[in-house]
Amino acid sequence: MDWTTAKRIFRAGMLDFSRNAFVSVASILVMTVTLFVVGVTIFAGVILNATLDELRDKADINVYFTTMAPEERMLELKSSLEALPEVESVEYISRDEALAAFRERHKDDQLTLQALEELEDNPLSAVLNVRARDISQYEAIAAFLNKEQEALTAGEAPIIDKINFYNEQHRQALARLEVITDSAQRLGFVVIAILILTSIAISFNTLRLAIYSSRDEIQVMRLVGAGQFYIRAPFMVEGTLYGLISGIITLLLFYPLTWWLGGATQGFFGGVNIFGYYVSNFPLFFLIIAGTGMLLGATASFLAVRRYLKI
Amino acid sequence: MIYFDRVSKVYADDSVALEDVSFSVEPGEFISVVGHSGAGKTTLVKMLLAEEHPTSGSVFFESINIHEIPLHRINDLRRKIGTVFQDFRLLPNKTAYENIAFAMEAAGRSEEDIHSDVPHVLELVDLGDKINNFPAQLSGGEQQRVAIARAIVNQPDVIVADEPTGNLDPVNTFEIVQILKKINDLGTTIILTTHNKGVIDSLKKRVITMDRGKVIRDDREGKYIL
Repeated sequence: MDWTTAKRIFRAGMLDFSRNAFVSVASILVMTVTLFVVGVTIFAGVILNATLDELRDKADINVYFTTMAPEERMLELKSSLEALPEVESVEYISRDEALAAFRERHKDDQLTLQALEELEDNPLSAVLNVRARDISQYEAIAAFLNKEQEALTAGEAPIIDKINFYNEQHRQALARLEVITDSAQRLGFVVIAILILTSIAISFNTLRLAIYSSRDEIQVMRLVGAGQFYIRAPFMVEGTLYGLISGIITLLLFYPLTWWLGGATQGFFGGVNIFGYYVSNFPLFFLIIAGTGMLLGATASFLAVRRYLKI
Repeated sequence: MIYFDRVSKVYADDSVALEDVSFSVEPGEFISVVGHSGAGKTTLVKMLLAEEHPTSGSVFFESINIHEIPLHRINDLRRKIGTVFQDFRLLPNKTAYENIAFAMEAAGRSEEDIHSDVPHVLELVDLGDKINNFPAQLSGGEQQRVAIARAIVNQPDVIVADEPTGNLDPVNTFEIVQILKKINDLGTTIILTTHNKGVIDSLKKRVITMDRGKVIRDDREGKYIL
């Protein structure tokens, strides 16, 4: 295709777009709804994942050492935990760090800080926070720590004060969480797939109807000697334009909407402010929403014109 | 130049549109195809434009069997045949200028050619002042003249006019026929289908008469006899 042909195709697409204003506006509105559903789906996915991550993150095992425990032995235990394949991470919080964190947490509570000052020594113990790669692996880590605790307390002065893990209640909560996360992901996928497919089908049909109204024109174009590509391409330009404009409208709508919902999502779902997420990932959103719209518009037009070119 | 060789067309409901039709057209001829409604005139035109395929027989254009041309190459044939229809078939969202320019663009003509030829051809059909009008802003006669301008702009070998005066009053009918005669005088072959007796009798050209899908007369300098 040479430059002149490309220019003519683009110009014809733009002219048809502006001269069929009613059809263009109707198509854009329907496509905007489709792209809005796609966008909401992305946000729902982000919130769901963030919530599940948050819940997963809350599941951990804490090993509290005695205040007398020597640091090298605590670090020894940290290393042996890290060597376990089930362990994702082990965080060591020394007594000083625990104290600093405590002070920070209670910086507005003078009474507690004063009480702390009264004490001669740091009353807080060092802690190991252990995270498993998967929720189901906490049991194995718990078993390992049980064994370690027995070995460590045999003969010498114990270094572990307490381990908060693995009672029946904890285990049940973890198991339930695992079921919830799995079903939420599966259900989410099915709902998303149905929503997206329905919206795409509606958009496709709208563009098919828009092109159906031009079927006589397409026939005339064929009879005056226009090639299939030369007839089809302006419709594809028009469809792409519908998609681009719908995408831009959708992205503009999401700006106030996510701003309005941002605080609520952060407070309710824990951690994710969708407005912040939207703004920081805007190029990606633009690519997905406008890209989907343009692809949808071009493909739907391509397919819809095809049936009228068979003369 | 054009040769219909024993062409028959039977539709799915067993209705016969054409039956064993054979005739040839020489370059520069002006042929009128006449007959009552349903005689097969429009089917004949559709065969020539490869809009319809024959059930049996062949249609040749310059020794090429039209119906053996693949769909994606058919536009090459159609550029050699200018078409004018009873219902004008202009593109409603394009101005008179753009309708004619479209046919030139489709044929791959340059922008310079389009800028010089379109106003010229609109002048020829006496529509120089309606260049930027949309079809809806033109009368029936004016729309048909735009359609003729579109048909001749690429200087085709043949012009097929299917009932071009069917929707027009006598004054416009006369003007359209005069334009077609002028085009023929310049050397372009014309195939005109009509059931207007006055038009046929005034032309004094070759007349093919059809009835119920068959060619029943082929007169060198014919009249409307039915």
